[in-house]
Amino acid sequence: MSGAEQTMRLVLRSTSGKVGVALVIFHIVLAIVSPWVVPYDFNAQSEVLEHMGPSLAHWGGLDTLGRDVFTRTLLGGREALLVTIFGTAIAMVWGSLFGMFSGFKGGRTDEFMMRAVDTFLAIPFMILLLLVIASFGNSVIVLMLTLGFLYGIGVIRLARAATLGEVTKDYVLAAQARGESVWVILLAEILPNIRDALMVEAAMRWSWMLLAFSALSFLGFGVTPPTPDWGLMIANARIYMPLAPWPVLLPMIALSSLIIGINLMADALAKSLGLDRVQRMPL
Amino acid sequence: MSLPLLKIDGLSIGYEGADGVAVPIVNQVDLQLEEGSTLGLVGESGCGKSTLLLALMGYYDSGLARLAGKVALLGKDPGALNEADLQLFRGGDVALIPQNAGQALTPTLKIEAQMLEALRLHTPLPAASRQDRILQLFDRVQLPDPANLLGRYPHELSGGQQQRVALAMALAGNPKVLLLDEPTTGLDVTTQQAVLALLSEIALESQTAMVFVSHDIGVIGAVCERVAVMYAGEIVELGACNQILQHPRHPYTQALLSSIPKLGQAWAFKAPTSIQQGQDRRLSGCAYAPRCEYVGPTCLKQKPRLTRDQDREVKCVQLSEIARMVAPAGGHKGESKMVGQEYVLSVNNLSVSYDHTGWWPFASRQERKLTVREVSFDIVRGQTLGLVGESGSGKSSILRTLIGLQKSFEGEALLLDKFDLTTPVAHRSKACLSKIQMVFQNPDASLNPRQSIFAALARPLRIYFRLSEPEIRAEVERLMAAVQLPMEYSARYPGQLSGGERQRVAIARALASKPDVLLCDEITSALDVSVQASIIQLLKDLKDAQGLTLLFVSHDLPVVMALADDVAILQRGQICESGRVEQIFNAPEHPYTQSLIKAVL
Repeated sequence: MSGAEQTMRLVLRSTSGKVGVALVIFHIVLAIVSPWVVPYDFNAQSEVLEHMGPSLAHWGGLDTLGRDVFTRTLLGGREALLVTIFGTAIAMVWGSLFGMFSGFKGGRTDEFMMRAVDTFLAIPFMILLLLVIASFGNSVIVLMLTLGFLYGIGVIRLARAATLGEVTKDYVLAAQARGESVWVILLAEILPNIRDALMVEAAMRWSWMLLAFSALSFLGFGVTPPTPDWGLMIANARIYMPLAPWPVLLPMIALSSLIIGINLMADALAKSLGLDRVQRMPL
Repeated sequence: MSLPLLKIDGLSIGYEGADGVAVPIVNQVDLQLEEGSTLGLVGESGCGKSTLLLALMGYYDSGLARLAGKVALLGKDPGALNEADLQLFRGGDVALIPQNAGQALTPTLKIEAQMLEALRLHTPLPAASRQDRILQLFDRVQLPDPANLLGRYPHELSGGQQQRVALAMALAGNPKVLLLDEPTTGLDVTTQQAVLALLSEIALESQTAMVFVSHDIGVIGAVCERVAVMYAGEIVELGACNQILQHPRHPYTQALLSSIPKLGQAWAFKAPTSIQQGQDRRLSGCAYAPRCEYVGPTCLKQKPRLTRDQDREVKCVQLSEIARMVAPAGGHKGESKMVGQEYVLSVNNLSVSYDHTGWWPFASRQERKLTVREVSFDIVRGQTLGLVGESGSGKSSILRTLIGLQKSFEGEALLLDKFDLTTPVAHRSKACLSKIQMVFQNPDASLNPRQSIFAALARPLRIYFRLSEPEIRAEVERLMAAVQLPMEYSARYPGQLSGGERQRVAIARALASKPDVLLCDEITSALDVSVQASIIQLLKDLKDAQGLTLLFVSHDLPVVMALADDVAILQRGQICESGRVEQIFNAPEHPYTQSLIKAVL
């Protein structure tokens, strides 16, 4: 049994793990197949029936412009998932590499890199995000790279800390004594040993990035209308909430169920890998 | 004192095997302990001694459960207590001193905070008088300068001090029973002796009962009145400590005692093949039968019972047989062959220092501290030099320098008269790298836990030689055979091997590059005695078969004596005495060497 398979089995052993994985898979599958299963065109307007409540024909009701809320909710996670999945991958790769290198090298290199990381972390991400989008536009590629870059900074810290725990171990010393190159030591010796912590971190980063992406859309800097997006939908329908709550409700449920799913999954993952384990020995 | 303090009746602890049959780790153990008495549990790793000890605290490793039997400790069954009572019970009436005190102390809390916590949980003392009590406890465990210690973190204490702090913490609740799980295993001989003396004193003075688990029967002998020898989860011999140490009756006890190298005695290791075999707990007959040299037909059929035999209880049906054929311990250290007088490794005036290089280049100069001072030695091909010294004497610094991982040092070191060992590892040629290899102290740490044995052995082959995949496979097979491991093991991960097997893999990895010199850094200190004996035997074989030159670093004098041809004694970074092994051990001249030899149990 491979390590990944065993981990998966452990995650699925707990109820929260099952629910989390089910929610995440549901959303990913939905994002892939939704263009073929939605009942209406997401842009089609029903001219007279804006703000109509849920009915048999329109399960989620209609929004301000008379568009089907259910259809738009099904489609609204596509861009968010695309950007955040690749964004997380980018963040994990560059963050881990830099973090491991920093922790392994130590000394002044490490000191310098850590101060640089501190500097970046001191600036609110949202402001940096808005700055980049203002200068380079909000295309999917720009969003992926920017989110990937910003969220990788936190990964540097984690990967460095995990690496520090490993570099003093004799197997790293043995590899150095053998004359292995730095990158072989990092990737073949250390990475497999800090993989668990990185996996959990990836899941957490993903959920944070989703929130950030939705916040961007909410502020009007993420997805360009009329493309359906949860953040955007919430922002647009928010002012009519006392009058017509349904255009806000469905995207809210969709977004929070995905984020809860990811968090449950990350939690179960951390538990199954023993990363949250408390000292159980008597003393 | 009518009721015994501890009474164990037919206790079995185990897990459910893959086929649904219960596999006992501890099997049918009966034990009693009276107030104020001391009992040792001895056996090699995996015999169930720690499991038994932890069960006394009501703690079972995950997957383990009590299968049968009763435990009554102070009239209570720790397995039946609820969480809250258990918490009071642990640390209150019963205290555990774990194997590695350094890891048992919380690294991020100062000693003071941890001591206060222990007192708060386990004594009714008011907060104001806790401070005095700590000083009292520290005085009791003979920790000097307590006021200074309190403000430090655990890593700022030495191993002996950490062990004393753990002891003080355990004594905080005035326990009636102390459970000790290999408390001195990681300590060097002089520290170990001091801690043991302290433990015996505490046992005598305060009438605290002790259950002392160790693989080292010598350690048990120094502290305990009675000893129970365990094998495969069963007690095979139980009786007064000095009786059993002097006249072991059970064949396993005999083998265990004979596998400890002793000073002043030529070391002969008996039955090297039997040692590697695992302990099979499912045999219908005697568990020790597969390894026993006195095995008879009844042994295989019927499980022996613990029966009274004169002054002790022994679990063996062949006792009278054994008494008749007492084998005289023989054998002598083979003369090492001289293969010409070629210096394979010459070290000249080597000094190692630890510089505190910070951001400021000027401030660091004064902080220079020499850990090794002008050390020189030469090793002839095929010979073994033993480098002996306590922890902190600079042994490991010398090895680190030779392997090229030390940054600041002065002096000369030449390998095979052509390779300069003062170049750091990153700038060494492959030829040079392959000629000198190192085996580390602890195989748990020196093997990557996420790398299969095959991958670990293939790495050096890929670095040093251009080999095709089938050639690598053949080479790995050769290496596994050289260290006497079956090839099937190559698919396993280090966690699936025992400590001794892991160290064999580490040795195999070092041999992969076909080195001329092998540096061994305390490679047996993390292993228990019988495994240690088999590793020493392996190194001897390899030395003879391949003409290896060894630099063997250890704090364990008997081990060095069993293996080395020459020996150099290090004290505070300087060689204070060196010469042939026999000469040094029979007539030590330097007072430090004399004290080292005396300190050995």
